Amino acid sequence: MAEHKNITLNMGPQHPATHGVLRVELELEGETVVKARPVIGYLHTGIEKTMESKLYYKALPATDRMDYLAPMSNNLGYCLAVEKLMEIEVPEKVKWARACLAELTRINSHLVWLGTHVLDLGALSPVLYTFREREMILDIYEACGGQRMMTSYIRIGGLSHDLPVDFDKKVRHIIDVLPEKILEYETLLTENQIFINRTKNVAVISAEDAVNWSLSGPMLRGSGVKHDIRKANPYSGYENFDFEIPVGENGDAYDRYKVRLEEMRQSLRIARQALDGMPEGPYRAHVPGVVLPPKEDVLHKMESMIFHFKIITEGFKAPCGAVYQAIEAPKGELGFYIAGDGTNHPRRVRVRPPSFVNIACLPALCEGGLVADVVCAIGSVDIVLGEVDR
Amino acid sequence: MKDILKAIGRAVFKTPLGFLVTLKYIFKKPVTLDYPRKKKPMAPRYRGKHYLERYDDGTERCVCCGLCAAACPADAIYMEPEENENGERRAKIYEINLLRCIFCGFCEEACPEEAIFLGQEYEFSNYDRNSFIYTKDEMLVPHPRKDNPFKRIIRRVRRVYGVEDTK
Repeated sequence: MAEHKNITLNMGPQHPATHGVLRVELELEGETVVKARPVIGYLHTGIEKTMESKLYYKALPATDRMDYLAPMSNNLGYCLAVEKLMEIEVPEKVKWARACLAELTRINSHLVWLGTHVLDLGALSPVLYTFREREMILDIYEACGGQRMMTSYIRIGGLSHDLPVDFDKKVRHIIDVLPEKILEYETLLTENQIFINRTKNVAVISAEDAVNWSLSGPMLRGSGVKHDIRKANPYSGYENFDFEIPVGENGDAYDRYKVRLEEMRQSLRIARQALDGMPEGPYRAHVPGVVLPPKEDVLHKMESMIFHFKIITEGFKAPCGAVYQAIEAPKGELGFYIAGDGTNHPRRVRVRPPSFVNIACLPALCEGGLVADVVCAIGSVDIVLGEVDR
Repeated sequence: MKDILKAIGRAVFKTPLGFLVTLKYIFKKPVTLDYPRKKKPMAPRYRGKHYLERYDDGTERCVCCGLCAAACPADAIYMEPEENENGERRAKIYEINLLRCIFCGFCEEACPEEAIFLGQEYEFSNYDRNSFIYTKDEMLVPHPRKDNPFKRIIRRVRRVYGVEDTK
């Protein structure tokens, strides 16, 4: 009788269903996964070290490039951390605008997730529809900051420009149109027997395990833990908004799908409230020597010109001390730890990326399942490798 | 047994509803663009390929202060100053390495003379790496300009002693 041996299968880093350059080492017994080990580091670009070597304001574009599907959230996290370190209070309008943009970013990220995840599972149409809707959000990014993906729009102490004139109109258009479209995705997927077979009771993680793996975001809420940093530890004016935290029951891929779809609806609700309540005011805090003065002043006033030159050439000096600021990014808790040492660049920047922590539980999700379900597990975690490797 | 019946029910009655959604789109106009022939107008703030501005009288706005190079997170800008015939400062060499550039727009934001802008152009692929070193002469030619009215139109003239005013 031939000796029975497990096969070791290498999945990735060029596998199209691993969402980037994730490599998974699988040990298989027939079709069953005995062991799964995610191998990361193929996209390591040293973003944290790059940020440490740059002035505070110059490190901002690097944050865009971590989770490139949610640039505004990354900007927001970094700016809030630096503002905490520098003790800058931003104007009310900036807070509301940031919250609105962060929610649009959540929708953007979830739309891409939905399209690519179900594409992995064999549904070819939704990716076309979700990217079509995503285009509207990218148009808003472009109108705001000038770039569709690497926005760098949210800056330390405010925004880079004032909100564009038709911002209100464009966002309201999305708020009006998107619920129908989400309903359309639901018609395609929620009751689809093939989709249910592929996702129900697949990649299950219990609430206790989810907490022990320190998961966050939809991964945690899909398992039924009602935790959201926007509620638990509000930042950027989230305490003003009325919204609900959707939770799942079983902690399987299907529940995460439902949680994310519901989150998109809640995001629209927040965006509507943010637009309705947005006060008038300046788009940047007035903190001489730290925040760039408006361009009009730079061209006409001597003091502003001096501060402009000083900030751009030397940056600003941050006090000694360390801060940690976490925000609820689309994928989970995105935290920035920044240690200042009295000079004009940070001594240490450490990012707590949601994808990196969430992908760590991949063995727990896959082991005991089938090979085909590994794809579903990776998809339902919602990773962006730029953020995992940084 | 109940689950199986439910599944059959979904497969027969619910799943075809999804096909109806996709079928609906056969009769709708496509949202995609016939790209190389038709182009999408970019937003006024779009950050594309750089260009340098001039004053109405043809003088270069750039005075080679180096603030854009200082603000550049990617260290993509290199410049050397010189004096023009009036004794005014301007750039002798002004180069942007488009392969390093990350199009963050910090140079445009930093410029105190409103000289450099990131324009509307986004198609600049080429076969040759050297052609991505974008020089001052290439940047000064009139480009499709950004819809960006200047906040300061009047030229600041610096009086230089020992040089006669040509006006």
